[in-house]
Amino acid sequence: MSLIELENVTYHYPFSKEPALRQISCTFEKGKFYGIVGENGGGKTSLCNLLRGLIPHFYRGKLEGRVTIDGTDVQDWDTGRLSARIGYVFQNPFTQISGIKATVFEEVAMGLENLGRPKKEMVDEVLRVCKLLDIENLMEKSPNALSGGQRQRVAFASILAMDADILVIDEPTSQLDPQGTQDVFEIIHTLRGTGKTILLVEHKVDLIAEYCDEVLVMQGGQIVRKGPTAQVLADKELPQLGALQPQVAMFGHAMADAGKPLEEIPITLEQALRLVRRRRGEV
Amino acid sequence: MSIELINASFSYPGGFLANENLNLVIQPGERVAIVGQNGAGKTTAVKMMNGLHKPTAGDVLVDGKNTKEFTTAQIARTVGYVFQNPDDQIFNQSVRAEIEYMPRYFKFSPQETRRRVERAVALAGLEDYMGKNPFDIPYPIRKFVTIAAVLATEPKYVIFDEPTAGQDRRGTKILENMMDELQKEGIAVVTITHDMEFVARNFDRVVAMAHRNILADGTAAEIFGNNQVVEEARIRRPQLAQLALDLGLEGILNCEELVEALD
Repeated sequence: MSLIELENVTYHYPFSKEPALRQISCTFEKGKFYGIVGENGGGKTSLCNLLRGLIPHFYRGKLEGRVTIDGTDVQDWDTGRLSARIGYVFQNPFTQISGIKATVFEEVAMGLENLGRPKKEMVDEVLRVCKLLDIENLMEKSPNALSGGQRQRVAFASILAMDADILVIDEPTSQLDPQGTQDVFEIIHTLRGTGKTILLVEHKVDLIAEYCDEVLVMQGGQIVRKGPTAQVLADKELPQLGALQPQVAMFGHAMADAGKPLEEIPITLEQALRLVRRRRGEV
Repeated sequence: MSIELINASFSYPGGFLANENLNLVIQPGERVAIVGQNGAGKTTAVKMMNGLHKPTAGDVLVDGKNTKEFTTAQIARTVGYVFQNPDDQIFNQSVRAEIEYMPRYFKFSPQETRRRVERAVALAGLEDYMGKNPFDIPYPIRKFVTIAAVLATEPKYVIFDEPTAGQDRRGTKILENMMDELQKEGIAVVTITHDMEFVARNFDRVVAMAHRNILADGTAAEIFGNNQVVEEARIRRPQLAQLALDLGLEGILNCEELVEALD
């Protein structure tokens, strides 16, 4: 049994004639890191909403087909229990920050506080995630006095503090600089190493190429590609499917079109470098 | 006619110094990308350009007028600023009302208001969203609502803060066509961005910032080719520019050039 199973799922938001998700069947395995790419409006966030139970518990609408998480139908999950299993990092950190806490420390602690955890345990956990996300220097600041990038780290930290075993992360790096982005990917990679299952919506395909086990491409509410990262990101049709492609993969295809093919289509910089050097007979 | 920062510094209330002695000139019709890591002072610098921040030392001149002597509303007619977070900017109930707000506020005739709104909507690709509530549409489209609202004021200088964040191919393409149109009309575009591939494709001039100040000001090829600047401003080179450098090829920024340069 897979951790998450979708069988023939079609979903309409309330009052909507067009389905946001169409005929989706797929599975997600425990401990894997999935990247979800594709054009805006393609269904990425709706898929996230489904997996974290906001569909159907909050948005209602019409859900057909079957979604099971850990063997239990998503319709039967108690939302409180489900949210303890699945952590969700919002797309817009300005939306996620509660606005009712005076310091970053309290903001990160809020979820644990609501669960009534003992104080010592709470403090230790908050300190641990603040260290992990390198926001220890922000702990005494007001969450409302932070830059976009800092807020994004705080929002991420508050979810990590909950220690859910499935993480659904919707564009966690949109406001971050390259170093911050790399750091966040490193952190997610570390989490994967601890057995967590991760679904990440992200436009930065160069980083997806380096870190993810599998990639899903969504377009028009459907999953139009799903498979090992190298296979999906090297697909020449990727741009026609509305998804971004790593520049080195486009370069690989352009070399082939110019009659100077590399041995395979690279998806990472290191791979491209190796393949060009091999073509030049340097290695 | 230009925006001039002359030894401009800015400290936030409480004393945090965000910019120190900036000197920068932005000419009409120019495209300038401002790059550098979070906290380098990029947003503070552009907020000085449109009078949201008045320099705490030095001066900022917009078309010869010292920003200290004018209100932000007055300067905003010449220098438009699109916020990083659209939710900081939007306050109307419909996309149409949001975009019409400034032309109405400036008391343009109904014809002139309509012309400005239609132009801004066409540039931002928002035709299908006019009747919607801005908060019911996806974040990346909402960002275009704020861009259109600023374009409807028809400023001579436009400042974008992270416009490609969260955008897909279509969104980025709309943005690029928009910048081409604005440039044809002689409007300067200043953009803060971390998206170096976007920079390599679209900007002739790049200003790299670090530690509250300007580290380098040059062409995209010059900036990406300079190891010291790349390291100090913590820039991530476009993938193919990095690949070319690793292969010992200089001055290459895009795919065609690289394919051409290889046997």
